[in-house]
Amino acid sequence: MKERIVADVSRLSLHGTGSASTTWWGTLGFMLIEATGFALAIAVYLYLMSIAATWPTDAPTPDLLPGTLVTLTLIASVLPNYLVSQWAEREDLRKVRIGLVVMSILGIVPLIIRAFEFYALKVNWDTNAYGSIVWILLGLHTTHIITDLADTLVLAALMYTRHGRNRRRLGDVQDNAMYWNFVVVTWLPIYGCIYWIPRL
Amino acid sequence: MRDGETKRDIRDTDLDRPALEAALARIWNTPEGLWGALATVDHKIIGRRYVITAFVFLALGGVLAMLMRLQLAQPEARVLGPDRYNQIFTMHGSNMMFLFAVPVMEAVGVYLVPLMVGTRNIAFPRLNAFSYWIFLAGGALLWISFVLDMGPDVGWFAYVPLSGPQYGFGKRADIWAQMITFTELSALAVSVEIVVTILKQRAPGMSLDKIPLFVWSMLVTSFVVIMAMPAIMIASSTLILDRLVGTHLFNPAESGDVLLWQHLFWFFGHPEVYIIFLPAVGMVSTMTATFARRPVFGYLAMVMALIATGILAFGLWVHHMFVTGLPRLGESFFTASSMAIAIPAGVQIFCWLATLWDGKPIFKTPLLFVIGFIVTFVIGGLTGVMVASVPFDTQVHDTYFVVAHFHYVLIGGAVFPLLGAIYYWFPKITGRMMSESLGRWAFWLIFIGFNMTFFPMHLLGLQGMPRRIYTYQPDMPWHDLNLFVSVSSLILVAGFLLFFFDAIRSARRGLPAGDDPWDAPTLEWATSSPPPSFNFSYIPVVKAANPLWEQPDVLAVAGGLRINSRELIISTVASAEPEAREASPRNSIWPFVAALATTVMLISSIFTPWAVVWGSIPIVVALIGWFWPKGTPEDES
Repeated sequence: MKERIVADVSRLSLHGTGSASTTWWGTLGFMLIEATGFALAIAVYLYLMSIAATWPTDAPTPDLLPGTLVTLTLIASVLPNYLVSQWAEREDLRKVRIGLVVMSILGIVPLIIRAFEFYALKVNWDTNAYGSIVWILLGLHTTHIITDLADTLVLAALMYTRHGRNRRRLGDVQDNAMYWNFVVVTWLPIYGCIYWIPRL
Repeated sequence: MRDGETKRDIRDTDLDRPALEAALARIWNTPEGLWGALATVDHKIIGRRYVITAFVFLALGGVLAMLMRLQLAQPEARVLGPDRYNQIFTMHGSNMMFLFAVPVMEAVGVYLVPLMVGTRNIAFPRLNAFSYWIFLAGGALLWISFVLDMGPDVGWFAYVPLSGPQYGFGKRADIWAQMITFTELSALAVSVEIVVTILKQRAPGMSLDKIPLFVWSMLVTSFVVIMAMPAIMIASSTLILDRLVGTHLFNPAESGDVLLWQHLFWFFGHPEVYIIFLPAVGMVSTMTATFARRPVFGYLAMVMALIATGILAFGLWVHHMFVTGLPRLGESFFTASSMAIAIPAGVQIFCWLATLWDGKPIFKTPLLFVIGFIVTFVIGGLTGVMVASVPFDTQVHDTYFVVAHFHYVLIGGAVFPLLGAIYYWFPKITGRMMSESLGRWAFWLIFIGFNMTFFPMHLLGLQGMPRRIYTYQPDMPWHDLNLFVSVSSLILVAGFLLFFFDAIRSARRGLPAGDDPWDAPTLEWATSSPPPSFNFSYIPVVKAANPLWEQPDVLAVAGGLRINSRELIISTVASAEPEAREASPRNSIWPFVAALATTVMLISSIFTPWAVVWGSIPIVVALIGWFWPKGTPEDES
């Protein structure tokens, strides 16, 4: 078939950011998958609660302290996370490097407190269905934090190499920041489920 | 000059046609040999692999079906024992749903969507490669276990408590559950790729109202996968947890619940039907337009029907649970919603009929399959409306009536369009035509054999024959019909064998097809058959919904892409205005390595929960290898 050139794309930018980037859309796609998974896990929690005679079943209400500390740490991490994203947007590599180290620490701290959170549930996963679902909710979100922490650590290391000075990699930093916000936001309904619904 | 570009950049407009194609081939081709085969990220090679693998699973599932028909042909037959029979019907269902029907539809999308939207590769091509290896590993897990007499024996929906730790001894149920994890992981990955390809990589000018209907159907399907498959992944993972580490989600003795499993399974399981059906609908619309020689009647109504079906698909799952004693009000709601989904299905049927009515239909083999689809699917749809009614469903639940119903919907509604689609797109994929005369024979054998095999099952069900029994006594009044069904299934098999023979023979010796043998209107026919590794020498510019009919001789294209690195156009979601040039990743071995590491972790975690910990380390290493920049022009741009 004969071709006729009717458009010139040679002056288009070489890499789109935000909604002009496929990575941004792919991240959204995976967030939608994970959000559906979390919503279903919470639905399982509510379903089991609706058929249980007592809730929590054969266990005391979980301790508030570690979970609340994790929540506060996660909420506090949103501000530096926002700044890292801004610095990446402005291609300020020096600040991005520092910011990613800070975000790595802010990923490790909640994980350490999280270890105490499992004890604070005051029930084992194999005690009964209530114990199973709270461990599953907490376990799912812990996996979530670990995944994003690994991503942040790799990006932080990358920024200290020659590959850091690249709009494409800085776009990855922004997408990673978006994903961390998602990690924080998904925690809030789970926190409400595990700690506050039994107190209602 | 922009960042990352150098003076040495060569643009497609700088070269004449042969030099351009040579340059593009140099940058996009997959090298020969084992390494190239393992590292390729070409969506056409991966799509072809997916299709062939899925058809191999179809053939294997067919063998299992024939073994069951042999066993049921007479009362108290001794071809298969009860244990082997349980494994075989479980394998048949699981294999056909998870290893054939869903992957084959995704596979056709992987091959065709980038061509139909006019781009050079699928979005996230390495994820695409990864998804294929994961799918293959899941299929191998299931079949190798079966050969070792470890095949799952709990039915394709693996109801607890039968599949739970109290009754499901050994590792059979775990193998079923982990096969689910493999196949759903791969389907979810492909869905994200397809969504992003459709939303962001469409040819300039292909606004939402100019997207081919097959592409629309894959977009809706992918969203349904994204929203439905997490349910089954949660279900299969929690089943393994119940079995391996002693959680109690499905154990009523410790405040768990068996019906919870059914809710989770069918919240996925019902949309699953539409995950299989919607791409088939898109294929039917495409073929109907081409062979009726006019655009599909009611494009907007068709798109709305696809979206409506995708949404309603999530409101039907409880109709699989009508006999579990749920509240009456709930049952009435799900009866209403189950009947409501007949409306968008009806809209589409009438649009196809109107297209054929107003067109000048040419009855080539693909159109025969379309007509066979319409007839069979309407029958399956009508029995669907029947079983949506609670009193009727209570009578026929777990009988052969249901077996007949879902084979009409799945084979009539999805496999017929798929076979038509293979005849239709085979020339594009291989560059050669399949045989028209063998195709007609295959169609009539399959159509007649199918109806003779499955129609009597309605009657058997009404006579009370339950599903999943490995034999029946001579004093039951089912013998004659069962024998008739078993003999008829030989006709169906003959049709499929003819189809396979034709496909294999034509791939080598078929007549050369040329670029557009059907005079079809969509973009995949604008490039050569088979398409080059880079799909199009220039990215097309679209001005109409049926570009090759509106401008039959000249293809409008965009110039100005670099050809010393893999580059494609990113466009806006609604109007497809070009907004960036984007690098597309090169071949890489890391997706294969990552899939291997994931396979080791997933299979080991059937046996010990600690595999999740140590098994994750190689996965992390592989993923870092995958994403770490290699200094290629694509990474640096």
